[in-house]
Amino acid sequence: MIEAQNLTKRYGERTAVDGLSFTIRPGIVTGFLGPNGAGKSTTMRMIVGLDTPSAGRVTIDGKPFVAMANPMREVGALLDAKAIHGGRSAYHHLLCLAQTNDIPRRRVDEVLEQVGLTEVARKRAKGFSLGMGQRLGIAGALLGDPKILMFDEPVNGLDPEGILWIRNLMRSLAAQGRTVFVSSHLMSEIENTADHLIVIGRGRIIADCTVREFIEQNSQLVVRVRTPQAAELAGVLAQHGGKSVPDDSGDGLLITELTLDRVGDLAYDSGIRLHELSALQASLEQAFMELTKDSVEYHAAVPAMTREG
Amino acid sequence: MSTATLTETPAALPPATRPAGLTGALRSEWTKLRTVRSTGFSLLAVAVIALGLMSLIAWATMNRWPHLDPSERLDLAGHPLEVILVRPVFVSQLVVAVLGVMVISAEYTTGMIRSTLQAQPRRLTVLTAKIAVFAALMLVVGELLSFAAFFVGRPIIASHIPVALGDPGVVRAVLGAGLYLALLGLFALAFGAILRHTAGAITAVLGIVLVLSNLTGLLPDSWGRHINAWMPTNAGQLIMQPRPAAGDLLSAWQGLAVFAGWTALLLIIASVLFARRDA
Repeated sequence: MIEAQNLTKRYGERTAVDGLSFTIRPGIVTGFLGPNGAGKSTTMRMIVGLDTPSAGRVTIDGKPFVAMANPMREVGALLDAKAIHGGRSAYHHLLCLAQTNDIPRRRVDEVLEQVGLTEVARKRAKGFSLGMGQRLGIAGALLGDPKILMFDEPVNGLDPEGILWIRNLMRSLAAQGRTVFVSSHLMSEIENTADHLIVIGRGRIIADCTVREFIEQNSQLVVRVRTPQAAELAGVLAQHGGKSVPDDSGDGLLITELTLDRVGDLAYDSGIRLHELSALQASLEQAFMELTKDSVEYHAAVPAMTREG
Repeated sequence: MSTATLTETPAALPPATRPAGLTGALRSEWTKLRTVRSTGFSLLAVAVIALGLMSLIAWATMNRWPHLDPSERLDLAGHPLEVILVRPVFVSQLVVAVLGVMVISAEYTTGMIRSTLQAQPRRLTVLTAKIAVFAALMLVVGELLSFAAFFVGRPIIASHIPVALGDPGVVRAVLGAGLYLALLGLFALAFGAILRHTAGAITAVLGIVLVLSNLTGLLPDSWGRHINAWMPTNAGQLIMQPRPAAGDLLSAWQGLAVFAGWTALLLIIASVLFARRDA
Protein backbone atom coordinates (compact mmCIF):
# COMPACT_ATOMS: atom_id res chain seq x y z
CA MET A 1 0.00 0.00 0.00
CA ILE A 2 1.39 3.35 -1.07
CA GLU A 3 -0.22 6.42 0.41
CA ALA A 4 0.46 9.96 -0.72
CA GLN A 5 -0.84 12.98 1.13
CA ASN A 6 -0.68 16.37 -0.50
CA LEU A 7 2.54 15.30 -2.21
CA THR A 8 4.16 18.32 -3.83
CA LYS A 9 7.40 18.96 -5.69
CA ARG A 10 8.49 22.36 -6.83
CA TYR A 11 11.54 23.17 -8.90
CA GLY A 12 11.98 26.87 -8.43
CA GLU A 13 8.92 28.52 -9.94
CA ARG A 14 7.65 25.38 -11.61
CA THR A 15 5.41 23.00 -9.69
CA ALA A 16 5.97 19.52 -11.09
CA VAL A 17 3.72 17.70 -8.63
CA ASP A 18 0.93 19.69 -7.07
CA GLY A 19 -0.69 18.32 -3.93
CA LEU A 20 -1.28 14.71 -4.97
CA SER A 21 -3.20 12.51 -2.54
CA PHE A 22 -3.86 8.89 -3.45
CA THR A 23 -3.74 5.34 -2.19
CA ILE A 24 -2.40 2.46 -4.20
CA ARG A 25 -3.79 -0.84 -3.03
CA PRO A 26 -2.31 -4.33 -3.19
CA GLY A 27 -3.57 -7.12 -5.41
CA ILE A 28 -4.34 -4.97 -8.44
CA VAL A 29 -2.47 -3.18 -11.17
CA THR A 30 -2.82 0.57 -10.79
CA GLY A 31 -2.10 2.55 -13.92
CA PHE A 32 -0.54 6.00 -13.53
CA LEU A 33 -1.45 7.97 -16.56
CA GLY A 34 -0.69 11.40 -17.81
CA PRO A 35 0.83 13.26 -20.72
CA ASN A 36 4.61 13.65 -20.82
CA GLY A 37 5.73 16.09 -18.18
CA ALA A 38 2.65 15.59 -16.03
CA GLY A 39 4.74 14.65 -12.99
CA LYS A 40 4.55 10.84 -13.07
CA SER A 41 8.27 10.15 -12.81
CA THR A 42 8.79 12.80 -10.16
CA THR A 43 6.00 11.25 -8.09
CA MET A 44 7.57 7.81 -8.38
CA ARG A 45 10.99 9.17 -7.49
CA MET A 46 9.54 10.73 -4.34
CA ILE A 47 7.94 7.40 -3.37
CA VAL A 48 11.39 5.78 -3.20
CA GLY A 49 13.09 8.80 -1.68
CA LEU A 50 15.25 9.79 -4.64
CA ASP A 51 13.62 13.22 -4.57
CA THR A 52 12.50 14.97 -1.41
CA PRO A 53 8.96 16.38 -1.52
CA SER A 54 8.64 20.16 -1.20
CA ALA A 55 5.48 19.52 0.82
CA GLY A 56 3.31 16.62 1.85
CA ARG A 57 4.44 13.06 2.36
CA VAL A 58 4.32 9.60 0.89
CA THR A 59 4.48 6.40 2.91
CA ILE A 60 4.72 2.70 2.21
CA ASP A 61 2.63 0.63 4.60
CA GLY A 62 2.62 3.65 6.88
CA LYS A 63 6.36 4.27 6.87
CA PRO A 64 8.59 6.46 4.72
CA PHE A 65 10.75 4.47 2.29
CA VAL A 66 13.96 5.50 4.05
CA ALA A 67 12.78 3.78 7.24
CA MET A 68 12.34 0.36 5.61
CA ALA A 69 14.57 -2.25 7.26
CA ASN A 70 15.25 -3.91 3.90
CA PRO A 71 14.04 -1.51 1.20
CA MET A 72 14.54 -3.88 -1.73
CA ARG A 73 12.32 -6.45 -0.07
CA GLU A 74 9.54 -3.89 0.30
CA VAL A 75 9.62 -1.94 -2.95
CA GLY A 76 11.14 -2.87 -6.27
CA ALA A 77 11.13 -0.14 -8.86
CA LEU A 78 12.12 0.21 -12.47
CA LEU A 79 12.29 3.96 -12.76
CA ASP A 80 14.83 4.25 -15.47
CA ALA A 81 16.44 1.54 -17.60
CA LYS A 82 19.58 3.65 -17.64
CA ALA A 83 20.22 3.33 -13.89
CA ILE A 84 23.05 0.91 -14.65
CA HIS A 85 26.83 1.23 -14.89
CA GLY A 86 27.52 0.03 -18.41
CA GLY A 87 30.96 -1.24 -17.49
CA ARG A 88 29.54 -3.86 -15.16
CA SER A 89 28.01 -7.17 -16.21
CA ALA A 90 24.32 -7.83 -15.64
CA TYR A 91 25.25 -10.37 -12.98
CA HIS A 92 27.53 -8.03 -11.08
CA HIS A 93 25.08 -5.15 -11.35
CA LEU A 94 22.46 -7.27 -9.62
CA LEU A 95 24.97 -8.74 -7.19
CA CYS A 96 26.08 -5.39 -5.83
CA LEU A 97 22.43 -4.43 -5.30
CA ALA A 98 21.59 -7.78 -3.70
CA GLN A 99 24.44 -7.48 -1.21
CA THR A 100 23.03 -4.28 0.27
CA ASN A 101 19.87 -6.06 1.40
CA ASP A 102 21.40 -9.39 2.37
CA ILE A 103 19.88 -11.15 -0.62
CA PRO A 104 21.64 -14.44 -1.48
CA ARG A 105 23.63 -14.81 -4.73
CA ARG A 106 21.36 -17.63 -5.88
CA ARG A 107 18.54 -15.12 -6.15
CA VAL A 108 20.55 -13.10 -8.71
CA ASP A 109 20.67 -16.11 -11.03
CA GLU A 110 16.96 -16.74 -10.46
CA VAL A 111 15.82 -13.26 -11.47
CA LEU A 112 18.17 -13.26 -14.47
CA GLU A 113 16.47 -16.50 -15.53
CA GLN A 114 13.04 -14.98 -14.89
CA VAL A 115 13.64 -12.00 -17.16
CA GLY A 116 15.43 -14.10 -19.78
CA LEU A 117 18.91 -12.62 -19.46
CA THR A 118 20.78 -15.73 -18.30
CA GLU A 119 22.71 -16.06 -21.54
CA VAL A 120 24.07 -12.52 -21.38
CA ALA A 121 24.47 -12.38 -17.60
CA ARG A 122 28.26 -12.11 -17.82
CA LYS A 123 28.25 -9.55 -20.63
CA ARG A 124 28.79 -5.89 -19.85
CA ALA A 125 25.54 -3.95 -19.79
CA LYS A 126 27.04 -1.33 -22.12
CA GLY A 127 26.20 -3.54 -25.09
CA PHE A 128 22.60 -4.16 -24.11
CA SER A 129 19.71 -3.02 -26.28
CA LEU A 130 17.06 -0.78 -24.71
CA GLY A 131 14.83 -3.82 -24.30
CA MET A 132 17.55 -5.80 -22.55
CA GLY A 133 18.24 -2.80 -20.33
CA GLN A 134 14.56 -2.74 -19.38
CA ARG A 135 14.69 -6.43 -18.55
CA LEU A 136 17.76 -5.91 -16.40
CA GLY A 137 15.99 -3.05 -14.62
CA ILE A 138 13.00 -5.31 -14.04
CA ALA A 139 15.31 -8.04 -12.71
CA GLY A 140 16.62 -5.45 -10.24
CA ALA A 141 13.09 -4.61 -9.18
CA LEU A 142 12.24 -8.29 -8.65
CA LEU A 143 15.48 -9.05 -6.79
CA GLY A 144 14.12 -8.43 -3.30
CA ASP A 145 10.87 -10.35 -3.96
CA PRO A 146 9.10 -7.11 -2.97
CA LYS A 147 5.48 -6.62 -2.00
CA ILE A 148 5.28 -3.41 -4.03
CA LEU A 149 6.47 -2.97 -7.60
CA MET A 150 6.69 0.24 -9.57
CA PHE A 151 7.41 0.51 -13.25
CA ASP A 152 7.92 3.85 -14.98
CA GLU A 153 7.10 3.55 -18.67
CA PRO A 154 8.18 -0.11 -18.71
CA VAL A 155 7.34 -0.94 -22.30
CA ASN A 156 9.53 1.78 -23.78
CA GLY A 157 11.87 0.17 -26.24
CA LEU A 158 10.35 -3.29 -25.98
CA ASP A 159 9.32 -5.33 -28.99
CA PRO A 160 5.74 -6.70 -29.16
CA GLU A 161 6.82 -9.95 -27.52
CA GLY A 162 8.47 -8.00 -24.73
CA ILE A 163 5.38 -5.86 -24.26
CA LEU A 164 3.22 -8.95 -23.92
CA TRP A 165 5.74 -10.42 -21.52
CA ILE A 166 5.73 -7.41 -19.22
CA ARG A 167 1.94 -7.17 -19.26
CA ASN A 168 1.69 -10.78 -18.19
CA LEU A 169 4.35 -10.22 -15.59
CA MET A 170 2.50 -7.28 -14.08
CA ARG A 171 -0.79 -9.17 -14.03
CA SER A 172 0.80 -12.20 -12.39
CA LEU A 173 2.56 -10.05 -9.78
CA ALA A 174 -0.77 -8.44 -8.90
CA ALA A 175 -2.46 -11.85 -8.82
CA GLN A 176 0.11 -12.90 -6.21
CA GLY A 177 -1.29 -10.12 -4.04
CA ARG A 178 1.42 -7.57 -4.72
CA THR A 179 0.92 -3.88 -5.29
CA VAL A 180 1.72 -2.99 -8.89
CA PHE A 181 1.99 0.66 -9.91
CA VAL A 182 2.78 1.33 -13.56
CA SER A 183 3.04 4.62 -15.41
CA SER A 184 2.45 5.43 -19.02
CA HIS A 185 1.67 8.35 -21.24
CA LEU A 186 -0.32 6.13 -23.57
CA MET A 187 -3.70 4.75 -22.59
CA SER A 188 -3.41 1.85 -24.96
CA GLU A 189 -0.38 0.55 -23.09
CA ILE A 190 -2.18 0.04 -19.81
CA GLU A 191 -5.80 -0.15 -20.84
CA ASN A 192 -5.65 -3.94 -20.88
CA THR A 193 -3.36 -4.31 -17.90
CA ALA A 194 -4.57 -1.89 -15.25
CA ASP A 195 -7.55 -2.42 -12.97
CA HIS A 196 -7.41 0.99 -11.43
CA LEU A 197 -6.31 4.32 -12.85
CA ILE A 198 -4.80 7.46 -11.48
CA VAL A 199 -4.74 10.12 -14.16
CA ILE A 200 -2.69 13.25 -13.66
CA GLY A 201 -2.13 16.35 -15.71
CA ARG A 202 0.16 19.22 -14.81
CA GLY A 203 0.97 17.61 -11.50
CA ARG A 204 -2.64 17.34 -10.34
CA ILE A 205 -5.00 14.42 -10.09
CA ILE A 206 -7.64 14.42 -12.79
CA ALA A 207 -9.18 11.06 -12.05
CA ASP A 208 -8.73 8.25 -9.53
CA CYS A 209 -11.11 5.42 -10.37
CA THR A 210 -11.43 2.00 -11.96
CA VAL A 211 -10.80 1.63 -15.65
CA ARG A 212 -14.51 0.93 -16.24
CA GLU A 213 -15.62 3.97 -14.27
CA PHE A 214 -13.12 6.04 -16.16
CA ILE A 215 -14.57 5.10 -19.52
CA GLU A 216 -18.13 5.53 -18.37
CA GLN A 217 -17.49 8.90 -16.82
CA ASN A 218 -15.30 10.31 -19.51
CA SER A 219 -16.68 9.13 -22.76
CA GLN A 220 -20.05 9.28 -24.36
CA LEU A 221 -21.62 6.02 -25.39
CA VAL A 222 -22.38 6.18 -29.07
CA VAL A 223 -25.21 4.11 -30.56
CA ARG A 224 -24.95 3.20 -34.19
CA VAL A 225 -27.98 2.27 -36.29
CA ARG A 226 -28.49 1.46 -39.93
CA THR A 227 -31.95 2.09 -41.24
CA PRO A 228 -33.64 2.88 -44.57
CA GLN A 229 -35.66 5.52 -42.69
CA ALA A 230 -32.77 7.53 -41.30
CA ALA A 231 -34.34 10.96 -41.54
CA GLU A 232 -37.58 9.74 -39.94
CA LEU A 233 -35.70 8.09 -37.04
CA ALA A 234 -33.57 11.18 -36.48
CA GLY A 235 -36.76 13.19 -36.10
CA VAL A 236 -38.24 10.76 -33.56
CA LEU A 237 -35.04 10.63 -31.54
CA ALA A 238 -34.73 14.40 -31.50
CA GLN A 239 -38.14 14.63 -29.85
CA HIS A 240 -36.80 12.46 -27.02
CA GLY A 241 -33.57 14.37 -26.54
CA GLY A 242 -31.32 12.28 -28.77
CA LYS A 243 -28.71 13.76 -31.06
CA SER A 244 -27.96 12.01 -34.29
CA VAL A 245 -25.56 12.55 -37.12
CA PRO A 246 -25.33 10.57 -40.35
CA ASP A 247 -22.30 8.31 -40.56
CA ASP A 248 -20.16 7.61 -43.62
CA SER A 249 -22.16 4.64 -44.90
CA GLY A 250 -25.14 6.71 -46.09
CA ASP A 251 -27.89 4.78 -44.32
CA GLY A 252 -26.40 4.92 -40.82
CA LEU A 253 -26.78 7.24 -37.85
CA LEU A 254 -24.53 7.85 -34.87
CA ILE A 255 -26.64 8.67 -31.84
CA THR A 256 -25.66 10.17 -28.53
CA GLU A 257 -27.60 11.15 -25.40
CA LEU A 258 -29.84 8.04 -25.58
CA THR A 259 -29.14 4.46 -24.47
CA LEU A 260 -29.07 1.55 -26.86
CA ASP A 261 -32.31 0.10 -25.43
CA ARG A 262 -34.09 3.43 -25.66
CA VAL A 263 -33.13 3.87 -29.32
CA GLY A 264 -34.43 0.35 -30.10
CA ASP A 265 -37.71 0.95 -28.24
CA LEU A 266 -38.33 4.32 -29.91
CA ALA A 267 -37.74 2.82 -33.36
CA TYR A 268 -40.09 -0.06 -32.61
CA ASP A 269 -42.80 2.27 -31.28
CA SER A 270 -42.56 4.41 -34.41
CA GLY A 271 -42.55 1.41 -36.74
CA ILE A 272 -39.10 2.22 -38.09
CA ARG A 273 -37.16 -0.69 -39.57
CA LEU A 274 -33.60 -1.12 -38.18
CA HIS A 275 -30.91 -3.13 -40.00
CA GLU A 276 -28.35 -2.65 -37.30
CA LEU A 277 -28.34 -1.49 -33.71
CA SER A 278 -24.99 -1.46 -31.95
CA ALA A 279 -23.04 0.32 -29.22
CA LEU A 280 -19.68 1.83 -30.04
CA GLN A 281 -17.57 1.64 -26.92
CA ALA A 282 -15.13 4.45 -26.68
CA SER A 283 -11.64 3.23 -25.93
CA LEU A 284 -9.63 4.43 -22.99
CA GLU A 285 -7.39 6.31 -25.37
CA GLN A 286 -10.32 8.38 -26.60
CA ALA A 287 -11.43 9.06 -23.06
CA PHE A 288 -7.91 10.08 -22.11
CA MET A 289 -7.57 12.40 -25.09
CA GLU A 290 -10.94 13.88 -24.27
CA LEU A 291 -9.85 14.46 -20.72
CA THR A 292 -6.52 16.07 -21.42
CA LYS A 293 -7.36 18.04 -24.55
CA ASP A 294 -8.24 21.13 -22.59
CA SER A 295 -5.15 21.19 -20.47
CA VAL A 296 -5.91 24.61 -19.03
CA GLU A 297 -9.08 23.50 -17.36
CA TYR A 298 -8.14 20.09 -16.10
CA HIS A 299 -10.08 20.42 -12.92
CA ALA A 300 -13.02 22.40 -14.20
CA ALA A 301 -13.64 20.13 -17.17
CA VAL A 302 -13.79 16.87 -15.33
CA PRO A 303 -14.34 16.58 -11.63
CA ALA A 304 -11.98 14.10 -10.04
CA MET A 305 -13.55 10.88 -8.87
CA THR A 306 -11.61 10.52 -5.71
CA ARG A 307 -11.77 7.24 -3.95
CA GLU A 308 -11.32 7.31 -0.22
CA GLY A 309 -8.90 4.61 0.87
CA MET B 1 12.92 -16.44 -24.54
CA SER B 2 10.42 -14.33 -22.73
CA THR B 3 6.84 -15.51 -22.50
CA ALA B 4 7.90 -19.03 -21.62
CA THR B 5 10.08 -17.89 -18.76
CA LEU B 6 7.16 -16.20 -17.06
CA THR B 7 5.99 -19.48 -15.58
CA GLU B 8 9.35 -19.96 -13.86
CA THR B 9 8.62 -17.62 -11.00
CA PRO B 10 11.42 -18.11 -8.49
CA ALA B 11 10.74 -19.45 -5.04
CA ALA B 12 9.99 -16.89 -2.36
CA LEU B 13 13.04 -15.24 -0.88
CA PRO B 14 14.02 -16.39 2.61
CA PRO B 15 13.35 -13.61 5.13
CA ALA B 16 16.09 -11.14 5.97
CA THR B 17 18.12 -11.82 9.07
CA ARG B 18 19.02 -8.19 9.70
CA PRO B 19 18.19 -4.74 8.40
CA ALA B 20 20.12 -3.45 5.41
CA GLY B 21 23.06 -1.62 6.95
CA LEU B 22 26.73 -0.83 6.71
CA THR B 23 27.91 -4.46 6.33
CA GLY B 24 25.83 -4.98 3.20
CA ALA B 25 26.79 -1.56 1.87
CA LEU B 26 30.50 -2.33 2.34
CA ARG B 27 30.21 -5.63 0.48
CA SER B 28 28.24 -3.92 -2.26
CA GLU B 29 30.76 -1.12 -2.69
CA TRP B 30 33.63 -3.60 -2.85
CA THR B 31 31.78 -5.53 -5.55
CA LYS B 32 31.23 -2.29 -7.44
CA LEU B 33 34.91 -1.37 -7.31
CA ARG B 34 36.23 -4.74 -8.37
CA THR B 35 33.72 -5.40 -11.15
CA VAL B 36 34.49 -2.47 -13.40
CA ARG B 37 37.55 -2.91 -15.57
CA SER B 38 38.72 0.66 -15.08
CA THR B 39 39.76 0.01 -11.47
CA GLY B 40 42.15 -2.81 -12.29
CA PHE B 41 43.44 -1.19 -15.47
CA SER B 42 44.09 2.13 -13.75
CA LEU B 43 45.96 0.53 -10.88
CA LEU B 44 48.04 -1.59 -13.20
CA ALA B 45 48.79 1.45 -15.34
CA VAL B 46 49.80 3.55 -12.36
CA ALA B 47 52.14 0.83 -11.09
CA VAL B 48 53.80 0.36 -14.46
CA ILE B 49 54.10 4.06 -15.24
CA ALA B 50 55.19 5.20 -11.79
CA LEU B 51 57.74 2.42 -11.21
CA GLY B 52 58.90 2.29 -14.83
CA LEU B 53 59.37 6.03 -15.17
CA MET B 54 61.07 6.22 -11.79
CA SER B 55 63.51 3.41 -12.70
CA LEU B 56 64.33 5.07 -16.00
CA ILE B 57 64.94 8.47 -14.44
CA ALA B 58 66.97 6.97 -11.59
CA TRP B 59 69.09 4.98 -14.03
CA ALA B 60 69.62 8.00 -16.30
CA THR B 61 70.59 10.18 -13.33
CA MET B 62 73.18 7.64 -12.25
CA ASN B 63 74.58 7.49 -15.80
CA ARG B 64 74.85 11.26 -15.93
CA TRP B 65 76.28 11.46 -12.43
CA PRO B 66 79.90 12.18 -13.55
CA HIS B 67 78.66 15.08 -15.68
CA LEU B 68 76.43 16.69 -13.03
CA ASP B 69 77.32 19.93 -11.28
CA PRO B 70 78.61 19.44 -7.77
CA SER B 71 75.62 21.48 -6.53
CA GLU B 72 73.22 19.15 -8.30
CA ARG B 73 74.95 16.14 -6.81
CA LEU B 74 74.72 17.69 -3.39
CA ASP B 75 71.05 18.43 -3.89
CA LEU B 76 70.26 14.88 -4.99
CA ALA B 77 72.31 13.31 -2.22
CA GLY B 78 70.60 15.61 0.28
CA HIS B 79 67.15 14.45 -0.85
CA PRO B 80 67.67 10.75 -1.40
CA LEU B 81 63.95 10.00 -1.73
CA GLU B 82 63.26 12.70 -4.33
CA VAL B 83 63.89 10.46 -7.33
CA ILE B 84 62.74 7.11 -5.99
CA LEU B 85 59.69 8.11 -3.90
CA VAL B 86 58.44 11.65 -4.40
CA ARG B 87 58.41 11.60 -8.21
CA PRO B 88 56.60 8.27 -8.59
CA VAL B 89 54.05 9.47 -6.02
CA PHE B 90 53.57 12.65 -8.05
CA VAL B 91 52.89 10.64 -11.16
CA SER B 92 50.50 8.36 -9.25
CA GLN B 93 48.53 11.33 -7.98
CA LEU B 94 46.82 11.71 -11.33
CA VAL B 95 45.39 8.20 -11.38
CA VAL B 96 44.50 8.18 -7.69
CA ALA B 97 42.61 11.47 -8.11
CA VAL B 98 40.71 10.18 -11.13
CA LEU B 99 39.77 6.94 -9.37
CA GLY B 100 38.64 8.83 -6.28
CA VAL B 101 36.42 11.16 -8.29
CA MET B 102 34.97 8.28 -10.27
CA VAL B 103 33.90 6.33 -7.17
CA ILE B 104 31.00 8.77 -6.91
CA SER B 105 30.81 10.66 -10.18
CA ALA B 106 30.51 7.48 -12.24
CA GLU B 107 27.34 6.66 -10.30
CA TYR B 108 25.85 9.96 -11.40
CA THR B 109 27.03 9.93 -15.00
CA THR B 110 25.78 6.37 -15.54
CA GLY B 111 22.58 6.76 -13.50
CA MET B 112 23.63 3.88 -11.23
CA ILE B 113 23.10 6.18 -8.23
CA ARG B 114 19.33 5.74 -8.60
CA SER B 115 19.65 1.97 -8.31
CA THR B 116 22.09 2.37 -5.42
CA LEU B 117 19.81 4.67 -3.44
CA GLN B 118 16.74 2.54 -4.06
CA ALA B 119 18.58 -0.44 -2.61
CA GLN B 120 19.85 1.58 0.34
CA PRO B 121 18.02 4.89 0.82
CA ARG B 122 19.97 5.70 3.99
CA ARG B 123 22.41 7.89 2.18
CA LEU B 124 25.06 8.33 4.83
CA THR B 125 25.34 4.54 5.02
CA VAL B 126 26.02 4.50 1.28
CA LEU B 127 28.58 7.30 1.42
CA THR B 128 30.31 5.88 4.52
CA ALA B 129 30.67 2.51 2.78
CA LYS B 130 32.07 4.16 -0.35
CA ILE B 131 34.60 6.13 1.67
CA ALA B 132 35.63 3.15 3.79
CA VAL B 133 36.06 0.72 0.89
CA PHE B 134 37.95 3.18 -1.27
CA ALA B 135 40.12 4.32 1.63
CA ALA B 136 41.05 0.72 2.41
CA LEU B 137 41.87 -0.02 -1.22
CA MET B 138 43.92 3.16 -1.64
CA LEU B 139 45.78 2.55 1.59
CA VAL B 140 46.87 -0.89 0.41
CA VAL B 141 47.66 0.38 -3.09
CA GLY B 142 49.45 3.47 -1.75
CA GLU B 143 51.66 1.50 0.64
CA LEU B 144 52.42 -1.19 -1.94
CA LEU B 145 53.32 1.45 -4.45
CA SER B 146 55.52 3.52 -2.18
CA PHE B 147 57.39 0.54 -0.73
CA ALA B 148 57.74 -0.95 -4.22
CA ALA B 149 59.11 2.35 -5.48
CA PHE B 150 61.58 2.50 -2.62
CA PHE B 151 62.83 -1.07 -3.00
CA VAL B 152 63.01 -0.97 -6.78
CA GLY B 153 64.69 2.45 -6.82
CA ARG B 154 67.12 2.01 -3.93
CA PRO B 155 69.52 -0.43 -5.68
CA ILE B 156 69.51 1.70 -8.83
CA ILE B 157 70.73 4.82 -7.03
CA ALA B 158 72.78 2.98 -4.37
CA SER B 159 76.12 3.70 -6.06
CA HIS B 160 75.88 7.47 -5.59
CA ILE B 161 72.90 8.11 -3.31
CA PRO B 162 72.90 5.41 -0.68
CA VAL B 163 69.71 5.30 1.34
CA ALA B 164 68.30 2.68 3.71
CA LEU B 165 65.01 2.18 5.49
CA GLY B 166 66.89 2.51 8.74
CA ASP B 167 68.08 6.07 7.97
CA PRO B 168 66.41 8.78 10.04
CA GLY B 169 62.87 9.55 8.84
CA VAL B 170 62.98 7.20 5.86
CA VAL B 171 60.47 4.60 7.09
CA ARG B 172 58.13 7.41 8.08
CA ALA B 173 58.51 9.00 4.65
CA VAL B 174 57.83 5.77 2.74
CA LEU B 175 54.89 4.80 4.97
CA GLY B 176 53.68 8.38 4.83
CA ALA B 177 53.75 8.39 1.03
CA GLY B 178 51.16 5.60 1.06
CA LEU B 179 49.05 7.52 3.55
CA TYR B 180 49.35 10.62 1.39
CA LEU B 181 48.04 8.78 -1.68
CA ALA B 182 45.13 7.28 0.31
CA LEU B 183 44.21 10.74 1.61
CA LEU B 184 44.46 12.21 -1.87
CA GLY B 185 42.02 9.52 -3.05
CA LEU B 186 39.51 10.61 -0.41
CA PHE B 187 40.16 14.28 -1.18
CA ALA B 188 39.22 13.52 -4.80
CA LEU B 189 36.24 11.39 -3.77
CA ALA B 190 34.86 14.35 -1.83
CA PHE B 191 35.11 16.52 -4.94
CA GLY B 192 33.36 13.82 -6.95
CA ALA B 193 30.51 13.78 -4.44
CA ILE B 194 30.24 17.56 -4.29
CA LEU B 195 30.43 18.24 -8.04
CA ARG B 196 28.86 14.92 -9.24
CA HIS B 197 30.49 15.46 -12.59
CA THR B 198 33.59 13.51 -13.62
CA ALA B 199 35.36 16.05 -15.78
CA GLY B 200 34.56 18.95 -13.49
CA ALA B 201 35.72 17.18 -10.36
CA ILE B 202 38.95 15.92 -11.93
CA THR B 203 39.70 19.40 -13.18
CA ALA B 204 39.06 20.84 -9.73
CA VAL B 205 41.28 18.31 -7.93
CA LEU B 206 44.16 18.50 -10.39
CA GLY B 207 43.78 22.25 -10.55
CA ILE B 208 44.33 22.45 -6.81
CA VAL B 209 47.08 19.80 -6.67
CA LEU B 210 49.10 20.81 -9.72
CA VAL B 211 48.33 24.47 -10.35
CA LEU B 212 46.90 26.34 -7.38
CA SER B 213 49.32 24.76 -4.89
CA ASN B 214 52.24 26.07 -6.94
CA LEU B 215 50.75 29.51 -7.56
CA THR B 216 50.32 30.17 -3.86
CA GLY B 217 54.11 29.90 -3.60
CA LEU B 218 54.30 33.20 -5.49
CA LEU B 219 52.25 35.07 -2.88
CA PRO B 220 54.34 37.70 -1.12
CA ASP B 221 55.17 38.17 2.53
CA SER B 222 54.55 36.04 5.55
CA TRP B 223 50.83 35.49 4.95
CA GLY B 224 51.63 34.22 1.48
CA ARG B 225 54.07 31.73 2.94
CA HIS B 226 51.48 30.57 5.42
CA ILE B 227 48.77 30.11 2.78
CA ASN B 228 51.18 28.17 0.63
CA ALA B 229 52.24 25.94 3.51
CA TRP B 230 48.65 25.19 4.47
CA MET B 231 47.48 24.30 0.98
CA PRO B 232 46.18 20.71 1.19
CA THR B 233 48.76 18.85 -0.88
CA ASN B 234 51.67 21.17 -0.06
CA ALA B 235 51.14 20.31 3.59
CA GLY B 236 50.50 16.64 2.90
CA GLN B 237 53.66 16.17 0.85
CA LEU B 238 55.88 17.14 3.80
CA ILE B 239 55.46 13.58 5.07
CA MET B 240 57.60 12.36 2.17
CA GLN B 241 60.77 14.23 3.16
CA PRO B 242 62.89 12.37 5.71
CA ARG B 243 64.26 15.53 7.30
CA PRO B 244 62.57 18.92 7.64
CA ALA B 245 63.80 21.52 5.18
CA ALA B 246 64.89 25.00 6.21
CA GLY B 247 61.91 27.32 6.46
CA ASP B 248 59.22 24.65 6.74
CA LEU B 249 56.30 26.00 8.73
CA LEU B 250 54.90 22.57 9.51
CA SER B 251 56.46 19.30 10.62
CA ALA B 252 55.91 16.15 8.57
CA TRP B 253 53.04 14.85 10.69
CA GLN B 254 51.53 18.31 11.15
CA GLY B 255 51.51 18.62 7.38
CA LEU B 256 49.73 15.30 6.94
CA ALA B 257 47.26 16.33 9.64
CA VAL B 258 46.52 19.56 7.76
CA PHE B 259 45.86 17.57 4.57
CA ALA B 260 43.68 15.17 6.55
CA GLY B 261 41.80 18.14 7.98
CA TRP B 262 41.09 19.55 4.53
CA THR B 263 39.94 16.12 3.39
CA ALA B 264 37.70 15.68 6.42
CA LEU B 265 36.15 19.11 5.87
CA LEU B 266 35.42 18.32 2.23
CA LEU B 267 33.98 14.92 3.14
CA ILE B 268 31.65 16.56 5.66
CA ILE B 269 30.45 19.02 3.01
CA ALA B 270 30.04 16.10 0.60
CA SER B 271 28.03 14.15 3.20
CA VAL B 272 25.67 17.01 3.88
CA LEU B 273 25.07 17.54 0.17
CA PHE B 274 24.80 13.81 -0.56
CA ALA B 275 22.17 13.40 2.16
CA ARG B 276 20.12 16.38 1.02
CA ARG B 277 20.21 16.57 -2.72
CA ASP B 278 17.79 14.88 -5.06
CA ALA B 279 19.51 12.00 -6.78
